[in-house]
Amino acid sequence: MADLEILSREDFSEVTYLLEVRHPLMAKAARPGQFVIVMLHDHGERIPLTIADFDRERGSITLVIQAVGKTTREMQQQCKVGTSLFAMVGPMGIPSPTTKAKKVVCVGGGLGVAPIYPQAKGFKQSGAYVIAVLGFRTRALVFWEKKFREVCDELILCTNDGSVGIKGLVTDGVQQALARHADIDEVVAIGPPVMMRACADATRARKIKTIVSVNPIMVDGTGMCGGCRVKVGEQVKFACVDGPDFDGHLVDFDDLMSRLRRYTSVEKAAEERWTASCRMSQQLGPSALDALTSGKAPQSELLELPDPFSETLGG
Amino acid sequence: MGKKQTIRTIPQERTPMRELAPDVRVKNFLEVACGYSLDEALRESERCLQCPDEPCIAGCPVNIDIPGFIEKLGLNNLRGAYDILTDTNLLPSVCGRVCPQESQCEAVCTVGDTLAPVAIGRLERFVGDTALREGWVNLPHIERNRFRVGIVGSGPAGMACAADMAKAGCDVTVYEAFHEPGGVLKYGIPDFRLPNTVIDAEIANLRKLGVKFECNTLVGRLFTIEQMLDELGFHAVFVGVGAGYPTMLGIPGDSLNGVLSANELLTRCNLMRAKEFPSFDTPLPIGKRIAVVGAGNTAMDAMRVSLRLGAEKVHCIYRRSRAEAPAREEEVHHAEQEGVEFHWLTSPVAILDDGRGGVRAMRCQRMELGSPDESGRRRPVPVQGSEFDFETDLVVYAIGTNANPIMGQTSGLRLNKRGYIATDENLATSIAGVFAGGDIVTGAATVIQAMGAGRKAARSMQDYLHIRDIERPYRDADAGPLGSFLGMDTRERNFTRLRAI
Ligand SMILES: Cc1cc2nc3c(=O)[nH]c(=O)nc-3n(C[C@H](O)[C@H](O)[C@H](O)COP(=O)(O)OP(=O)(O)OC[C@H]3O[C@@H](n4cnc5c(N)ncnc54)[C@H](O)[C@@H]3O)c2cc1C
Ligand code: SF4
Ligand code: FES
Repeated sequence: MADLEILSREDFSEVTYLLEVRHPLMAKAARPGQFVIVMLHDHGERIPLTIADFDRERGSITLVIQAVGKTTREMQQQCKVGTSLFAMVGPMGIPSPTTKAKKVVCVGGGLGVAPIYPQAKGFKQSGAYVIAVLGFRTRALVFWEKKFREVCDELILCTNDGSVGIKGLVTDGVQQALARHADIDEVVAIGPPVMMRACADATRARKIKTIVSVNPIMVDGTGMCGGCRVKVGEQVKFACVDGPDFDGHLVDFDDLMSRLRRYTSVEKAAEERWTASCRMSQQLGPSALDALTSGKAPQSELLELPDPFSETLGG
Repeated sequence: MGKKQTIRTIPQERTPMRELAPDVRVKNFLEVACGYSLDEALRESERCLQCPDEPCIAGCPVNIDIPGFIEKLGLNNLRGAYDILTDTNLLPSVCGRVCPQESQCEAVCTVGDTLAPVAIGRLERFVGDTALREGWVNLPHIERNRFRVGIVGSGPAGMACAADMAKAGCDVTVYEAFHEPGGVLKYGIPDFRLPNTVIDAEIANLRKLGVKFECNTLVGRLFTIEQMLDELGFHAVFVGVGAGYPTMLGIPGDSLNGVLSANELLTRCNLMRAKEFPSFDTPLPIGKRIAVVGAGNTAMDAMRVSLRLGAEKVHCIYRRSRAEAPAREEEVHHAEQEGVEFHWLTSPVAILDDGRGGVRAMRCQRMELGSPDESGRRRPVPVQGSEFDFETDLVVYAIGTNANPIMGQTSGLRLNKRGYIATDENLATSIAGVFAGGDIVTGAATVIQAMGAGRKAARSMQDYLHIRDIERPYRDADAGPLGSFLGMDTRERNFTRLRAI
């Protein structure tokens, strides 16, 4: 099949990076709302990543990744332009349906900023008025602003420190959009569960259709293991084949968050072991010395990763 | 061999198979049953009476010529025995290990009327393993034709169909969603029961036939069945994607973190090698006390894997009695030997949480057997007031699967009421040129049935493509008197002529 070569890479911050991977067939098939499962090497785990963009001409799939666990940090270190992934399967999940919505709000925070982009683009192409609300920690970490402006009629930026846009959380941005427009027919939110829940709560009173894209732990992504199950209303759904998009007013977020913590302790241990071994190799290499002498950020600070469960606005 | 055996002259005892001692094997993933040596196999082959009415053949889902291969084996003609086996069974090493022989061929074996039946499965495995060791493959002369065949899913159904179509001369590509081929044989059945080396050897044999494998390909989503026919240039497609989609019990506490499906446990352990964590990245923390719900092969595998991953105590919870347990007899026996505690006639009613999203205990009730249900098994009914709590920190569901929805979601294939792919008796689906078989048609079944379905579909596919196997008499049911001209079939000329497939 495809050679999965990394065609380009961009680092948005210490923890957020973009990989553009060659897979012409998948670029042809991908639709907004879908995801892939990636393995970095043959000993690796299978991790789901939402498709952040696809380019049919270049035959590529774009992934935006936050280094929050062992695999994503390892990828951050190893994935250089010209290298290849071991496996990338997809596009998985049911594509977001193209709706007849005339005015939509697309909300992206943290991990969700990049994956909300194809949705916004999709809505724009089907003729909707698109308002995007994006959350970042601070001005320096803002990425894809231009890209979003091209496909949105309004762009509301929110930052924790107010260095650009609104000072506050994305939910404040959503409130602002809701206050300004009385005729919003759909809200799509992607990001940490807390954020998606806050968005769903914000629209509940006005009964605005709110779609969220859930991101539970997955193994196969083909409906075979049930590890990705989520409670939606009274039903149990498998996010990989029945989703990943669900009605935000029905998703049981407490359940989702608790299930996301399943392997936290073992994963932490693996990550620490991995970090330790990296440090060992770095101590031998000249780069570590460089970092020390030039007074660059010590490891401990690099290790301060955004907690995927709290409402950080991401990197 | 040689002289005619009777029930009095044959060795009376079934030749035992050597096994790793339970206390040794629960600490590793080495194969438990060691297989026969040549002497043992020869001795066991003497127990076959070569019955003229061949009940065992009828008892085999794919009708292997059992007395035929045992006779050759008895004459120490192992290659001959292998050739007879592989006439019908593509994967003797696999089936010899995992088929429920006690309810198939061995159940009807004449010897079994008075003594223990001939150990047909063990003999089959012996012949299959010998072939793998010696590197025998039956590579027929393949006359290439212009047809391209796509196979979706690399489980036993897909492998069997691929082999037959490759032998018929077609250019065969197998698409698999996982990063390794083999289906349940790879991700489900653990190494101590079916070593991965056996499956890899069988896959290598398929490659020798010219079959190509494309992994990491989710058919339906990357391209659809219809696109395979219309755009990717396939003349026929076989769908063998397995059942998947594990059932949850639907009781309170189902979504707690300490509750998972046997499929997830086994996939993490076998395919993702969580058993070698942290050298492999996939985690699988196993509790101290584990309760597995169900008593099929999947449940047995889940329990025995848990023991090997370091669980202190493993319990099996099953709402019927041991007699109804669907697992192979040998697996139940092995699980018992390894110290699994069985709770027959027990059914879970709720999973209780530990206040931190995990599992503290399981609430169960006792059952008793009532009148038989439609499957002929006696229906379990709850005993009033028999509820009790049972401490556990991991609950594994092995209570069956539903149809995987991806094919239905992405193609025009007609499904039946239960969501499985609807086919006619020749395994043709509602789309011309598309055939289906295995668990995705029947619901969760067995390896041999899936393999048989793959072969049956291959025959239908050959008819559909007008590929003619000269060894197989041609019948056209609806040709009628006009279908033949001076005793010749008028459609004969349409067949691509072939040698024996
Ligand atoms: C744990 C366990 C133990 C078992 N033990 C026994 C036993 O001892 N004896 C026995 O006879 N039977 C046993 N069975 C049952 C037996 O394994 C199955 O009946 C048999 O494997 C079914 O074969 P299949 O080819 O239909 O499907 P599978 O073996 O399930 O293979 C299907 C393959 O298709 C792939 N696939 C799915 N969707 C797609 C897609 N969209 N695109 C591409 N590929 C796809 C899957 O990844 C999988 O690899 C067991 C089953 C399990 C789960
Ligand atoms: S029924 Fe038993 S004894 Fe008779 S031919 Fe078959 S295997 Fe041999
Ligand atoms: S990831 Fe296994 S069922 Fe969804």
